Amino acid sequence: MKPSASAAAQMAAVAAEPSAPAGRPAAADFRRGLDERAWRWLTLSPALLLLLALSVLPLVNLFATSFFTVSWSGGHSSFAAAGLNNYRALAGDTLFRAGILNTILFALFAVGGQMLCGFVLALLCTGVTRGRLLYRTIFILPILVPGIVVGAIWKLLLNFDFGLVNQAIALVGIDPLNWLGSATTALASVIFVDIWHWTPFCFLLFLAGLQSLPQDVYEAAKIDGASGWQELTYVTLPMMLPTIMVTFAFRLVLAFKVFDEVYLLTGGGPGTSTQVMSFTLYQRFFREDQTGYGSAMSVAIIFMTCILLSAAFAARGRMGAAK
Amino acid sequence: MTMPPKARALIVHALLVAAALLVLIPVVWVVAAGFRTQISLLSGAFWFTPVLKNFNEVLFSKTSDFLVNYRNSLVVGTLSTLICLLAATLAAWSLNRMSWPRWFVHVFLGWALVFHMFPPLALASAWFTIMRTVGLDNTLTAVVLAHTVLNLPMALWLMGVFVRDVPVELEEAARLDGATTPVLLWRIVLPIIAPGLAATAILTFVFSWNDFGVALTLTMKQTATVPVAIAKFAQDYEILYTQMAAAAALSILPALVLLIIGQRYIVAGLTQGAVK
Repeated sequence: MKPSASAAAQMAAVAAEPSAPAGRPAAADFRRGLDERAWRWLTLSPALLLLLALSVLPLVNLFATSFFTVSWSGGHSSFAAAGLNNYRALAGDTLFRAGILNTILFALFAVGGQMLCGFVLALLCTGVTRGRLLYRTIFILPILVPGIVVGAIWKLLLNFDFGLVNQAIALVGIDPLNWLGSATTALASVIFVDIWHWTPFCFLLFLAGLQSLPQDVYEAAKIDGASGWQELTYVTLPMMLPTIMVTFAFRLVLAFKVFDEVYLLTGGGPGTSTQVMSFTLYQRFFREDQTGYGSAMSVAIIFMTCILLSAAFAARGRMGAAK
Repeated sequence: MTMPPKARALIVHALLVAAALLVLIPVVWVVAAGFRTQISLLSGAFWFTPVLKNFNEVLFSKTSDFLVNYRNSLVVGTLSTLICLLAATLAAWSLNRMSWPRWFVHVFLGWALVFHMFPPLALASAWFTIMRTVGLDNTLTAVVLAHTVLNLPMALWLMGVFVRDVPVELEEAARLDGATTPVLLWRIVLPIIAPGLAATAILTFVFSWNDFGVALTLTMKQTATVPVAIAKFAQDYEILYTQMAAAAALSILPALVLLIIGQRYIVAGLTQGAVK
C-alpha cells in the first residue's frame, strides 16, 4: 500500500510542478551526498563490526597463539615462544593424520551417497503430481533435526543389544553386528548416518534444479524417440551439471566440518577408526588444554579448508568459461 | 518406457513411501523410546505400556537442568536471530543500494562466504581464548555473539537476494518524496522483503538451536544449551537411553513447529542460500 501511495503522490507533485526535479539547488545536493555517506557507513557498521571483532580478530589471535606454548595454572596463562615447534609437532601427530584421512574418506563417501540418493529421490518426485508437497515436507525433517539428536537417534537404533537395526536384520537371519563398536563398521555407520541426515538437502537442491529445466528440450527428445535412460544421460544430467557441481562443492565443504554426530556416536573410536579433524582439534585444544598446539592445528585446518575452497572456485570458474 | 503408466506410477510411489518411512521411522522410534522404561527398551519388546517417567525426570527432577538448558537455547536462538537479521538486512541493503566501490562489496561478501566455510571448531578455539580475555567466558552473551556471526554470512547472502528484488523505482520515488533513509527502509523496503525475512529468521533460529560444537566449547553447566544437555545423557558411565530419547524428542519440538508453519519459507531459504 505505502509504496504505491507515495508513487502516486510523487506523480501528482511532478504534474503540479514539472520543473521540480531539474531545479534542485546545489546545497541540497551536497547535503544529500553527506547524508548518503553517513547512512552508508551506519547501515553497514553492525555487520562490519561483528565480522571484524569475531572473525578477523580471532583469526589473527589464533595465528599469533600458534607460535607459543601456553600453559594454564590457576586461571592464568603463561606464554613461552615456541617458534615453529607446534607446526613441526603437527606433522608427527598420528592422531591428526588419522583425522585428515578419515575426514577425507568420510566426506567423499558421505557426499557421494547423499548426492546419489538425493538425485534419485528428486527424479522420482518430479515424476509424481499427487503428494509431492507431502513427500517434500517429510524429506525436509532430517535437515531440521540437530546433529547431536541425529547422533542420539542412531546411537539407539544401531545399539548392539536392542537397536532396531539389529532386530530388523535378525528377521532376515543375519547375526547382530556391533555397528559402532567395531573398527571395521564404525566409520561406515557414521557415513550412513550422515547420508540419512543430509540426503534431504541434496534432494531439495536437485528438485529445484529439475523444476527449472526447460520443458521443450524434453519434448524434442521425445520426438526424436529417446528412451527414458537416454533422456536421463543426454538431456537431464548435462543440463543439471551446474546444480550438481554447486551441491557437491557445498556439501563437501560442510562434510569437512563434521563433529556433532561423531562426538555422540563413537567419540572418535574404536581406536582411531572414526577420528575426524574437528574431533582431534577438540581433544587437543579443549580436553588436553594444549592452547598453542591446538591453535596451530586450527590454522592448519583453516588453511586446508581454503585450499579446498579455491579448488571449488576454480572448478566453478572453468565451468563458467566453458559455457 | 514399455511399462504401462499406471504400473510405473505405482512403483514410483512405492519407492517414495519407502524413503519417507526411512526418514520417519527412526524419529518416531526414538520419540517412542522416550515413553518406555529402560527395562522395556533393553528387552527389545515391540509392544510397551507408555510411561511419562522419563519426561518427568528430564524436565522436573532436581538433578536435571533441562528446563534451564531449554530456556538458554530459546534466549540464545531468539537474540542471535534478531541481531543477525538486523545486521544482515542493513548490510545487504547498504552493499546493494549504496554507492560502495565494487571491490569493497566483493571483499566483504567474499570474506563472509569464506569464513562461513571454516569448521566452527577451529573458530571456537579462538573465540574461547578471546571471550576468556574480555571476561565473557561462560556467559550466554558469548554464545549469542558466536551464533550471530556464524549465521551472518548466510543471512547476508539471503537478504542480498531479497533486497535486490525490491524495485529501484519505488526507492527512487520515495527519495524524491523526501523520505529519509530510515523512513525508506521502514516504509518501503521492509514490507517488500518481509517474506524473505521470515525465511531467513526461521533458518537462523534453527541453526542456532542445532549448534553443538560452539555451544559445547563456550558454555558450562548453567549456560549449556539443549544439544549440549543431550550429549551429557550419553556421556555418563551408564548411558541413560530412555532419558536421552525423551530429551531428544523435546529438542526437536521447535523445529517441528517451524516446519509445519514455515515449510515453504524453509525450502525457499535453503535452496536460494545454496544456489544463488
